[in-house]
Amino acid sequence: MRLSELRTGQVAVIKSLGDHPISNKLLEMGCLPGELLRVRRIAPFGDPMAIEILGYELAMRLDEAEAIEVEVRPNFVQL
Amino acid sequence: MKKDFQIALVGNPNSGKSSLFNALTGLNQKVGNFPGVTVDKKSGFLKIGNGDSVEITDLPGTYSLYPRSEDEQVTFNVLLDTQNASHPDLVLVVADASNLRRNLLFITQIIDLGLPTALIINKMDLAKEQGMDLNLAALSTHLGIPVLATNARKGEGISEVKRLIAERGAGQPLPFYLPSEEVQPILQELTPINGLQPGYRSFIYLCNHDYLQNISDKQHRELDALISKHNINITQLQARETVRRYEQITGLLGSIEKRSTKEVGKSRTEKIDRILLHPVYGYVVFLGILFFIFQSIFSWASWPMEFIETVFNQLGSWGSANLPDAWYTDLLVNGVLAGLGGIIVFVPQIVLLFLFLSLLEETGYMARVSFLMDKLMRKFGLNGKSVVPLIGGYACAVPSIMATRSINSWKERILTIMVLPLMSCSARLPVYTLLIGMTVPEERVLGLFNLQGLVMMAFYLLGFVAAIGSAMVMKWFIKERNSSFFLLEMPIYQFPRWQNVGLTLVDKAKAFVFGAGKVIIVISIILWFMSSFGPGDAFEKLEQQFATELVDGELSPEAENELNKLKLEHSYAGRMGKWMEPGIAPLGFDWKIGISLVTSFAAREVFVGTMATIYSLGSEDFEETTLREKMMADVHPTTGKPLYSTATTFSLMLFYAFAMQCMSTLAITYRETKSWKWPALQFFYMTGLAYLASLLAYQLLS
Repeated sequence: MRLSELRTGQVAVIKSLGDHPISNKLLEMGCLPGELLRVRRIAPFGDPMAIEILGYELAMRLDEAEAIEVEVRPNFVQL
Repeated sequence: MKKDFQIALVGNPNSGKSSLFNALTGLNQKVGNFPGVTVDKKSGFLKIGNGDSVEITDLPGTYSLYPRSEDEQVTFNVLLDTQNASHPDLVLVVADASNLRRNLLFITQIIDLGLPTALIINKMDLAKEQGMDLNLAALSTHLGIPVLATNARKGEGISEVKRLIAERGAGQPLPFYLPSEEVQPILQELTPINGLQPGYRSFIYLCNHDYLQNISDKQHRELDALISKHNINITQLQARETVRRYEQITGLLGSIEKRSTKEVGKSRTEKIDRILLHPVYGYVVFLGILFFIFQSIFSWASWPMEFIETVFNQLGSWGSANLPDAWYTDLLVNGVLAGLGGIIVFVPQIVLLFLFLSLLEETGYMARVSFLMDKLMRKFGLNGKSVVPLIGGYACAVPSIMATRSINSWKERILTIMVLPLMSCSARLPVYTLLIGMTVPEERVLGLFNLQGLVMMAFYLLGFVAAIGSAMVMKWFIKERNSSFFLLEMPIYQFPRWQNVGLTLVDKAKAFVFGAGKVIIVISIILWFMSSFGPGDAFEKLEQQFATELVDGELSPEAENELNKLKLEHSYAGRMGKWMEPGIAPLGFDWKIGISLVTSFAAREVFVGTMATIYSLGSEDFEETTLREKMMADVHPTTGKPLYSTATTFSLMLFYAFAMQCMSTLAITYRETKSWKWPALQFFYMTGLAYLASLLAYQLLS
């Protein structure tokens, strides 16, 4: 599943990053394979989205979130 | 000032780097240029105990040593290139204590460069509030460099930083990460090319040599050859490095960071965001803030602006009355002084707009604006951050173009700058007021709305539609420089720090006065020359003609006004008006309007003053109603019908709505883009648009 498909409040673990020009930038910002994230909110018009990762909040456009392959975890999981 | 010692301040965006810079240098700052790029260089001086002066450069914030934006390339070059004028003797890395893990990626890269380095852990109070306990001594031992704790916003820990600088107390960093085994032989081959010993420094040199300014084409070719010979995939190497570093950082943090799950700062932010990012209230609040900013630039700025105008007018009258009656007095008063007044008059609006913008930025709200507006603005090729500058354009394009700096995509920023001057700025207001008063009857629609007011509003709306529409068209023609992306850290909400706000205002006012001011003064003088001198002996003949009317060496006010009118008519500007007439006749304009179009280039509101001179009204007894009557009485020389018909007036208003008639805007566009290409493009597309719109309006209405 892609990060762009998640809904607000969902928790997921990052599996891998796709072959996308932005991938290295995402890695730098802490979107690492194995890292847990939570979707904090999705903007009113459905794009961009903001996730909690490494203890801070990061906003990205859905095009970018599409580069992140995730696996959903239960919502109660603590980050 | 003599530079004894150079310090570079580096760190992630939002790490509080600027607060620290301001706390260290205060008002002792200057803004300069990094050679060859549009990035401003902020540096400041600090006097230390023994009288030495230390130069501190606040380098653009960056998340890693792999540059993407022009800002990040500056930081990269300063750190990597030992010949760079700003290459530091000491690197101060600033980190956000509440987000140490991500900050350590960049910190450890800096450490591996092997430069003398010290680490400043900022926002310690915030980390404590969030239940984090950091063992800084252990971190210092592990990294091999001094580590200091500060709360730059409150001024805590600053004296320790100053002491460290005075003692030049950098440690020798311990290598943190080694490039993988397989690249070692390549790095060996690199030494003869760049003179660097194999290590992280030479590795990053190889990976990012495209961004290094100070190496020869030959070296670039050799490096490229080396990369292709060994089949190196830089993207993969970078990914591997980032992942590996984060693994090591997680291990390190395990031993120095203790966490309890108290998240005070974050939960406060969460509560505020529930309102400010709400699908309904979020936009209501944002519209309210925009409305407030717009209103205050429009109305609060008006009294200091009037004051500045009065001061310059009085200085001018004093000058004309007391200085010798000669051409140089005229140049000084009507050229230089008028130009200077035209610059200073913008300062109140610039200061006000930047007061609000820096408050939005400082509190963390600006990131939310981008988040809320990005989807809508992207449809037009713009960015979420384009909204505030665009609305600011209703007051004045000059500060608003300066405000587009926060847009980090180059293309989206250029698009915003290009269309911004179409927003109906306050200088168009006097022109609209005069012309609407001439054609639109003063009556009420549905017994409620003032018709003149409605037409005025329609013109304001037209500006917005034109701006958005132009952006939509232009986005197909402007190429992106870097791959565009929107990755935005949403900082937690904080109270603004007044020192930061104050210093930003001083900075922006200075940047405008000294940056755009030069161009404005030059154009003012050219315009003065064009309207004060004529070809051949035309002026002398006029003076002689009026010589018979002299009473005690003075002309009567009426005769004086008549002389000024005839002078303007025979000046170079007047000639230009007549020369333009065949071109502008299809728009319903005559040579008199032509003159005004030329002089309006100083600023649009000059239209009214020029019209007053053309219709022989003195500036002392000037009244708008009299001007309006005189203009309405004017008839077309060939048709005998009123010159200012509905068709001509609307055509003229449309021309003022679209045409680029503001040298200050062109000057600031040049300053912000560092190229004449963009202001030239702005001038031609806007004026072309104006011509077409006026042509269409006149031909349809007449």
